[in-house]
Amino acid sequence: MNFRKIGTAAALTALLAGAAQARDEVIVGLQLEPPHLDPTSAAAGAIDSVLYANVFEGLTRFMSDGSITPGLAESWDISEDGLVYTFKLRSGVTFHDGTTLDAGDVKFSLDRARAEDSQNAQKALFADIDTVEVVDPQTVRVTLSQPNGSFLFNMAWGDAVIVAPESIDGIKQTPIGTGAFKFSDWVQGDRIELVKNPDYWGDPAKLESATFKFISDPTAAFAAVMAEDVHVFSAFPAPENLPQFEADPRFQVLVGSTEGETILSTNNKMPPFDNVKVRQALAHAIDRQAIIDGAMFGYGTPIGTHFAPHNPDYVDLTEMSAYDPEKSKALLAEAGFPDGFTTTLKLPPPSYARRGGEIIAAQLREVGIQTEITNLEWPQWLEEVFRGKDFGLTIVSHTEPADINIYARPDYYFQYDNPAFQELMTTLNNTTEPDERSELLQQAQRMISEDYVNGYLFQLAALSVANVKVQGLWANAPTQATDLTGVYWQD
Amino acid sequence: MLRFALKRLLSLAATLWVASLIIFLSLEIVPGDPAAFMLGMNAQEDTLNALREELGLNQGPLQRYLGWVGGMLVGDFGTSYTYRTPVAEMILERVQVSLPLALYALTLSTVIAFPAGIWAASRRGRAADVTVMGLTQLGVAIPNFWFAMLMVLVFAINLRWFNAGGFAGWDAGFFPAMKSLTLPAIALALPQASILARVMRSSLLDTLSEDFIRTARAKGLTRAQALWRHALRNALIPVLTIIGLQFAFLLAGAIIIENVFFLPGLGRLVFQAISARDLIVVESVVMLLVFAVVLVNFVVDLAYAAVDPRLRGQK
Repeated sequence: MNFRKIGTAAALTALLAGAAQARDEVIVGLQLEPPHLDPTSAAAGAIDSVLYANVFEGLTRFMSDGSITPGLAESWDISEDGLVYTFKLRSGVTFHDGTTLDAGDVKFSLDRARAEDSQNAQKALFADIDTVEVVDPQTVRVTLSQPNGSFLFNMAWGDAVIVAPESIDGIKQTPIGTGAFKFSDWVQGDRIELVKNPDYWGDPAKLESATFKFISDPTAAFAAVMAEDVHVFSAFPAPENLPQFEADPRFQVLVGSTEGETILSTNNKMPPFDNVKVRQALAHAIDRQAIIDGAMFGYGTPIGTHFAPHNPDYVDLTEMSAYDPEKSKALLAEAGFPDGFTTTLKLPPPSYARRGGEIIAAQLREVGIQTEITNLEWPQWLEEVFRGKDFGLTIVSHTEPADINIYARPDYYFQYDNPAFQELMTTLNNTTEPDERSELLQQAQRMISEDYVNGYLFQLAALSVANVKVQGLWANAPTQATDLTGVYWQD
Repeated sequence: MLRFALKRLLSLAATLWVASLIIFLSLEIVPGDPAAFMLGMNAQEDTLNALREELGLNQGPLQRYLGWVGGMLVGDFGTSYTYRTPVAEMILERVQVSLPLALYALTLSTVIAFPAGIWAASRRGRAADVTVMGLTQLGVAIPNFWFAMLMVLVFAINLRWFNAGGFAGWDAGFFPAMKSLTLPAIALALPQASILARVMRSSLLDTLSEDFIRTARAKGLTRAQALWRHALRNALIPVLTIIGLQFAFLLAGAIIIENVFFLPGLGRLVFQAISARDLIVVESVVMLLVFAVVLVNFVVDLAYAAVDPRLRGQK
């Protein structure tokens, strides 16, 4: 009799312990593994997916709706002329190695990012900084060489997080930040473990630990979620499986927005695309909804310009390039191509490009444009298309937030060279007044839409699957982050 | 025996040198700049140059080849472009998954194939033989990744006996680690066991029709005695060859199975490194795999000589 009691009690304890344990740790599946753990010296979004907001913080930070909120800077003053930013740092902030965060660390981080030998993948974010001065341990003054209306926004990027000179040498393997989680272990090829930072300056994390597991194969990702090996899968790679999760009471599917404008990039300098009529014909030949349905299984929002639809400044310009094959053919005839022409369509690996490319090729064929499809790996795509500009058409999602300013770079791979647009961006940079900025951004959206610079397809959706009891996850992905600071298990 | 071994060693070294040249040259031709991949679409030219300089990519090909080969001779495999850790350390970590997995799968395959092959051969043309032949036909025909997914569906998703993938790590203990390798090992072993069983059977049947078996039977041994004492050892040569090839394949060719079960093995490392143009990792791992294959063949050659004394004198 006694034995049975003991047995039951033991089983019960084990069960409770198991349940209690499950409630303060979370296992997150991600498709891509970070190459190393320094967000300030690589473009890989996977680094931010693990570390942004969890381990590293910047002066400002993104919220899940894409807005900016104070991060390590408690407040700031901007001078009348928009050139001098004086940041007041939070007090009592320590790095995970115990050292205190002070103005010197901020100066070090910003100077390192903009230095001659800097390896920052987004060095342009810091281009307008002229000097960084330490006023006192809690105050840092940044002087710009020209006004930059998006400076506070730039400082929220993962590439602008604050690092310490004491720990910089080992940062690629042992990241030391100020966040609510501390880095604990990295088994390369398998997982990264984080633990709660008990000395965090802000609201402490509700989880004791978090593990990121890297599962690159979409089928394996599906199996891992179904077998409940992972509690959350962020940026789930197989949209075709989502209805199955939606139908299963164990799971919740989170559909949010990203900053990824997926476009049919067009080589604006290469004939016949140097003719705006041809580009317009291209735009009218495309049926966006068919691409969203066919390539993304219905997930995605049609766009008519290079701007995120969830942004308050977004203008819906999809009508400018509505699906109209007859008009497209007429425009081609006007441009001198009554029988169409042949061009290249070079596709990088993501499924939006590979699947979308096949659909677009079929749609273009309807109006007489023949495409030669080439599938490229990323390094090849970067070399051939992005740097070599050897392409007619390509499909790519521009995932950087608020990146309409790339249209002001005539040497950028799609080679749009419009002085009026470039001037508009200069004006935008010199403007800090929100209403005026809003007006300018809308003008910019219209300008590139009217010039049919690229084929604007859809905004990439942020798709995540999670255990129904995991709460506090971001549905949106304003940057490639998996912010776990507010995540908890519901009872 | 010693001269035989020395000769084999010499050809082993030559093979490795040629392999190193081929690997290096073929990766030189592959387009794509590792630095551009690391820094992405918004990178500025000066940033790219700073990174290329640090990675040593601004040096000429000959200099890089000599640096790579020279380093390997003293056990230095270089530093990964993307991970920025010594390649030797990365390989060592991954071998802890790949090698046990290969051995596990090979053991399973052998344990299944030997009895099955012998059983089928000793009951040639009867029900047992037909069953074994039918099953092995199926085993060869089924793609192992599909079988792997099927096992995940049944044992991980429905029955919950196993995890869907991942490696528990040796720190977690021997049995949890072996448990996480079990489904992958079965998936890998199944086609191998089928091939091996068929080879075992046909080789045994060939041997059983040789004159010396008839002599043995004439001296009064039973069929079973003749099989176990005389035929088996003689039938082992082709089987050993297949086992050697299989081991090399299991070590290097488990990429797909490693992906299905998201195991941090060598295959996955190469896969990731290729897509990131982490050429130094690709070169070193491929070189190591070539070395393993060559070494296994060397051991198999020695094993031939041990099984068949006639081979020692030749060549």
